Amino acid sequence: MSESTKSNHTSFLEYKGKYRGILGWILSTDHKRIGLLYLYTMLVFFSVAAILGLLMKIQLIAPGHTIMGPATYNAMFTMHGIIMIFIIVVPGLPAVFGNFFLPLMIGAKDVAFPKLNLASWWIYVIGILIVLTSQFLGDGPPDTGWTFYAPYSFQTPANIVPALVGAFVLGFSSILTGINFVVTIHRLRTPGMTWFKMPLFPWTLYATAWIQILATPVIGITLLLTVMERTLGVGIFDPALGGDPILYQHLFWIYSHPAVYIMILPGLGVISEIIPVFSRKRIFGYKAIVLSSLAIAFVGYFVWGHHMFTSGMSGRALFAFSFLTFLVAIPSAVKVFNWVATMYKGSLIFQTPFFWAVSFIFVFMIGGFSGLTLGSLATNVHLHDTHFVVAHFHFIVFGGTGFSFLAAIHYWFPKMFGRMFDASWANIGWVVFFAGFLTLYLPMFSLGIMGMPRRYYDYLPEFHAANILSSLGAMLMIAGAMIIIVNLVRSARYGKKTNEKNPWGGKTLEWQADTPPTLENWEEIPEVTEKPYEY
Amino acid sequence: MEKNAEHTHVHRDDEGDKLGMWLFIFTELLLFGMLFLIYAVYRYRNPVAFQLGGEEVDVFIGTLNTVLLLVSSATVAMSISAIQKGLKKHALVFLGITLLIALVFLVNKYFEWGAKIEYGFYPGGEALLELGHGTILFFGLYYVMTGIHALHILIGIGLFIYVFQQIRADKIHSTDYIWLENTGLYWHLVDIIWIFLFPLFYLIH
Amino acid sequence: MSQEKSHISSYQSHVFVLLALLALTAISVAVTTLELGRLDTLVAMLIAATKAAIVLVWFMHLKFDNKLYAIFTVLVLVVFLLVLYVTFFDYSYR
Ligand SMILES: [Cu+2]
Repeated sequence: MSESTKSNHTSFLEYKGKYRGILGWILSTDHKRIGLLYLYTMLVFFSVAAILGLLMKIQLIAPGHTIMGPATYNAMFTMHGIIMIFIIVVPGLPAVFGNFFLPLMIGAKDVAFPKLNLASWWIYVIGILIVLTSQFLGDGPPDTGWTFYAPYSFQTPANIVPALVGAFVLGFSSILTGINFVVTIHRLRTPGMTWFKMPLFPWTLYATAWIQILATPVIGITLLLTVMERTLGVGIFDPALGGDPILYQHLFWIYSHPAVYIMILPGLGVISEIIPVFSRKRIFGYKAIVLSSLAIAFVGYFVWGHHMFTSGMSGRALFAFSFLTFLVAIPSAVKVFNWVATMYKGSLIFQTPFFWAVSFIFVFMIGGFSGLTLGSLATNVHLHDTHFVVAHFHFIVFGGTGFSFLAAIHYWFPKMFGRMFDASWANIGWVVFFAGFLTLYLPMFSLGIMGMPRRYYDYLPEFHAANILSSLGAMLMIAGAMIIIVNLVRSARYGKKTNEKNPWGGKTLEWQADTPPTLENWEEIPEVTEKPYEY
Repeated sequence: MEKNAEHTHVHRDDEGDKLGMWLFIFTELLLFGMLFLIYAVYRYRNPVAFQLGGEEVDVFIGTLNTVLLLVSSATVAMSISAIQKGLKKHALVFLGITLLIALVFLVNKYFEWGAKIEYGFYPGGEALLELGHGTILFFGLYYVMTGIHALHILIGIGLFIYVFQQIRADKIHSTDYIWLENTGLYWHLVDIIWIFLFPLFYLIH
Repeated sequence: MSQEKSHISSYQSHVFVLLALLALTAISVAVTTLELGRLDTLVAMLIAATKAAIVLVWFMHLKFDNKLYAIFTVLVLVVFLLVLYVTFFDYSYR
């Protein structure tokens, strides 16, 4: 920065601390640098897992052995799942944008425990490295799917233990981030920012952090027990020793259903930020959005059984879980209603973040409705373990988390890098990606209804046409992703410099900070008197 | 040269640190909670075997360890009271007793496990595999649950040693003792877990 | 808290709490020798819950600290107990 030499006016990107160069980043306790560390790490592994996904779709472009056999295919969908779930979407928005923007949005200088925050990233990286060793050591890469279902996970000769241990370590990182955020929100809100004056993204981070704290230990102990099953044979999940493999499924989904909300809630928060800004209108039903976030976090805890409708549970449990699943759809629908009501009669501004936000609502609703189809017992029995589930899952997790992630990065890009992205390329990327996404996943719904099972490298000839369409969609979507990523990376380096604090006209606090923010965000802690989103 | 040039503001928030510790305790509660859930399910499915399993466990060592942990919980609490009053010597003595008790607990555990392992009563052990499924589950859970608990005792010992050093070096004193307080909270958690493990494995049959 | 005024418990109060806990332990051990059958488990769990509550309230200072911790603790326990309850929707009716 040429215009100032005083250190507290230097942007966080250029600040020189105790360490120089790369060490100044990987040893930095600055929440903004840590957020970017997560972003870069995820970018690398997202690319790897996306390529695995593309290879799978190429294999499925025709029946039979196209480019890989069954064993390779199993290993690929396992690794695709483990990377995408445990390394990308679970840490996802909280780790990148939560770290970067939570302190900015509540007027704090950093998170409550900056050193712990850095430790979280290191634990995350260590977890990734442990997961990766499963690919190269031992008797072949894991082939269980990311769910590690018992009893196969301790019967397969594949190298499961490092994957389990790695996922356990990644969970630990997630818990520490959650603890950090809850304490930050409780203790570091700027004077005047009462709970109901807090913006919605921090609210969703708060709900998410509680799930991270209360659900992640469940998967932790489950993975650990599976490791012990493999190494010691304690028998807890092993039917040969009296254990109940369905109990494994219970425990796995007691975490993994709430984990879906870890993935999606911060995304809902991002959309709740973007919609009012680009509608130039106050958010409709602020409190309803807050309460529905908390309700999702709470009710989401008791619906896990809808993943196990065909596992042989008792009839009563089936009814209970189906009912609770329908219940949890309500708060999600409340949010969609609020977004649409916010846009109604607003002066809409058609720019890239808004496109992503609106397309998010579209795919999120398709994902939600197909979720209800799966949540009702009769249809579930027919659709379970078919491509319908794959489509639903990707509409929620990729459509939900992925689209909101892309919405977030375009929305906050100028603040993060002090440069503008190239808007026309960004819009082209969005069109290509969105079209590819729909072409890729919509055919899977009908494939599922027709009865094509998931997790097979092969299929019957009657499924051929839809699979061709889907595979072409995958290529289109990857092309879109490449346009977006290249555009963002290029813009971060060479884009038009901007010091404008508030390019979109947002009302939340992060837009009052310098662009890009200085090391400690504020010279003076900003005061808050009115609610967010007052247009 | 400054130790950490990046964070020049000295930020101290004991209440925040304590909240962080409580959140961590909640994580631990859910972790052990799931083990208790597994226990509940298998006890429900194998009532007789679990009853008989309870009779195979050494009630004396179990009771002794319960008493020890309760006393250590009291001494660590007293150590906090002492530091609040500025009584460094007292704090060190109470903390020393707590540390000692934690070590004795592990020694007892070693003998308790050792006696069983000697007879082949361990996961995958011959004597255990000859018995029914319920018994295998009972002892599988016994080793897993008391084992993970013992691991927490070990971590507690590490914390006690660190805090002991800090008190001696006057880094922890009557106006700054959050480390001791949080270590105490952690230790009480370990105690609470044991309060439930004790009847489940040693008493009810 | 060290930054604000905080409640300091006396040594005696800790000793009293300890004695209560030891007494409950003794009762729990004694009750199992009575061979109450199925009631055995219930009594043992009730005593254990009482002991845990005593540790939480006095040793862990929930009584004197910010009420927030007490509220959170109760909520966490509620979540856990509900998870346990919902799980038994499966096992009780299988
Ligand atoms: Cu679910």
